[in-house]
Amino acid sequence: MDPIVVILFLAIVALTLVITYYAAKRTKSAGDFYTAGGGLTGWQNGLAIAGDYLSAASFLGIAGAIALNGFDGFFYSIGFLIAYLVVLLLVAEPLRNLGKYTLADMINSRFNAKKVRGAAALSTITIVLFYMIAQLVGAGALIQLLFDIPYWIAVLIVGVMMTVYVLFGGMIATSWVQITKAVLLMAGMVIISFIVLMKFNFNIGAMFTEVKSATSHGADYLNPGIKYDDPLGTISLMLALVLGTAGLPHILMRFFTVKDAKTARSSVITATWTIGIFYILTLFLGFGAAIYVGESGILAANPGGNMAAPLLAEAIGGNILFAFISAVAFATILAVVAGLVLSGASAFAHDIYGQIIKKGKITEQEQVKAARYAALGVSVLSIVLSLGAQYLNVAFLVSLAFCIAASANLPVILYTVYWKRFNTSGALWAVMAGLGSALVLVSMSPSVFSPVEGAALFVGNPIFPLDNPALVSVPLGFLGGYLGTVFSKEYDFKRYAEVKVRANTGYRES
Amino acid sequence: MAQPKLVDEQKESNVNYEKVVESSQFKQLMENKRKFIVPMTIFFLVFYFLLPISTSYGTFLNVPVIGDITWAWIFAVAQFVMTWVICSIYVKKANSFDKEAADIVENQLEKGGKS
Repeated sequence: MDPIVVILFLAIVALTLVITYYAAKRTKSAGDFYTAGGGLTGWQNGLAIAGDYLSAASFLGIAGAIALNGFDGFFYSIGFLIAYLVVLLLVAEPLRNLGKYTLADMINSRFNAKKVRGAAALSTITIVLFYMIAQLVGAGALIQLLFDIPYWIAVLIVGVMMTVYVLFGGMIATSWVQITKAVLLMAGMVIISFIVLMKFNFNIGAMFTEVKSATSHGADYLNPGIKYDDPLGTISLMLALVLGTAGLPHILMRFFTVKDAKTARSSVITATWTIGIFYILTLFLGFGAAIYVGESGILAANPGGNMAAPLLAEAIGGNILFAFISAVAFATILAVVAGLVLSGASAFAHDIYGQIIKKGKITEQEQVKAARYAALGVSVLSIVLSLGAQYLNVAFLVSLAFCIAASANLPVILYTVYWKRFNTSGALWAVMAGLGSALVLVSMSPSVFSPVEGAALFVGNPIFPLDNPALVSVPLGFLGGYLGTVFSKEYDFKRYAEVKVRANTGYRES
Repeated sequence: MAQPKLVDEQKESNVNYEKVVESSQFKQLMENKRKFIVPMTIFFLVFYFLLPISTSYGTFLNVPVIGDITWAWIFAVAQFVMTWVICSIYVKKANSFDKEAADIVENQLEKGGKS
């Protein structure tokens, strides 16, 4: 292994441990643990959202997808960004005004129903586990390639690091690891893009012309349709991307780390600018890799294209840039999985244990203790699952997580805030219909069954045609919530009046 | 927060929220928000889905505009510009919502919604 790689790798480990040490000293109450005491500023939380959101799948996956599939790779970049308009206009502020630690808190500001809380916790845990397995398996494979160490050691390193951050430093450590990662990642993106552009004398048109002859696709490379040739499949995927973000538990949880709705808003603005610039730059990474590394070089290192960005760094900046980008990729993974552990732990410890089992009769100290046990449990479970999943093709789990978030969480969030008649039964059915249909449909889809061995989880013919079932499961989530509501006589307009006033004014009785 | 204390979310409210919801001030805030958020949301969703729909069902965006850069790319980058523009407009707009909300808190909620 290159000594520069080792030094940068250790520097990131050391830096994040120092952050955790200081965070641990400040983590005393449950509020500190879950939400950093609500004391983050708008730009801090904005960068942390970017750090939480921009996973290795975004950084390495999209760069690879653009390098190999041209325009079609860029679809992800667009969907992942526009999703923030849904967050900004419809979700962030009411969520901040109504919730405390978790999504279930926000829904339960309207219904004091254990089954609704349980259903929301279940969908949170499902999303977290799927997203986490995809991240950890990807991380294991990637670190194996970058640092030349066995898969299981790679998974263990990432697993132990994320556990340490969350267990000792809670949300404060997680936030600052995410902020650090966001800054490093943006620096890496800007450096690579700058060098690529410099090679074309900052003439973007020349880059487009060059890339036309760089790949086996020829001029088609610049046109849509190389990867996504099925119209409904493309639209379904785009639907999951744009609506999923506003239902992702680890992103929603970030809005509780700021003091009010105005700060929540300004953090979405910072996040949207950062994330938008990031996704624009994926274009230069993708084209750069197609031109300077070449299709065969990218595919030889990793058939999924995940090595495109690091290989491009090596091709245009030598060993030092390669080492830096590898270290950035490592930091990227750590920040995302830490956020996932924390949101999974909050669903177990706060929703299921604290509110459902103990009925809210739990002291601060007990809450923090439960949160730590839950964090440990979530970490161990995901490490074990990821070690077992090494040879499985789990890349589809990321878009599945977005699909579940869009189908199970977004309908219930929107109904809770905006629909007067909505009731307990509707909330339960919205979550269960969205979650259930997403899971059932994907288990019959080409992501799980493929006639070609190794292309999906199992060999066989898919019954359901769409890779990502959002086009069907999102409407089912909304329909479930609607039917569940109208078939139940229950309603509470008085309670809704309170929710509506609080959601729109941020007023809380002290 | 140092002492152990029981966390209990359910407590009786002293505020008459139904009265606040019915007040003209609150209704005005809701109307102002609705007038902005609903059309904006419809607009950005339509703008967004027009891209995959037009690339999936047609090839008319594959026409070059500037050198080898086609309309599809221009439309794709326009999505980014649209996002940033809506963000900026919303921030301005939301500041006026904040003022209205603060008025409601001050004039009604802190008096128990009885005014």
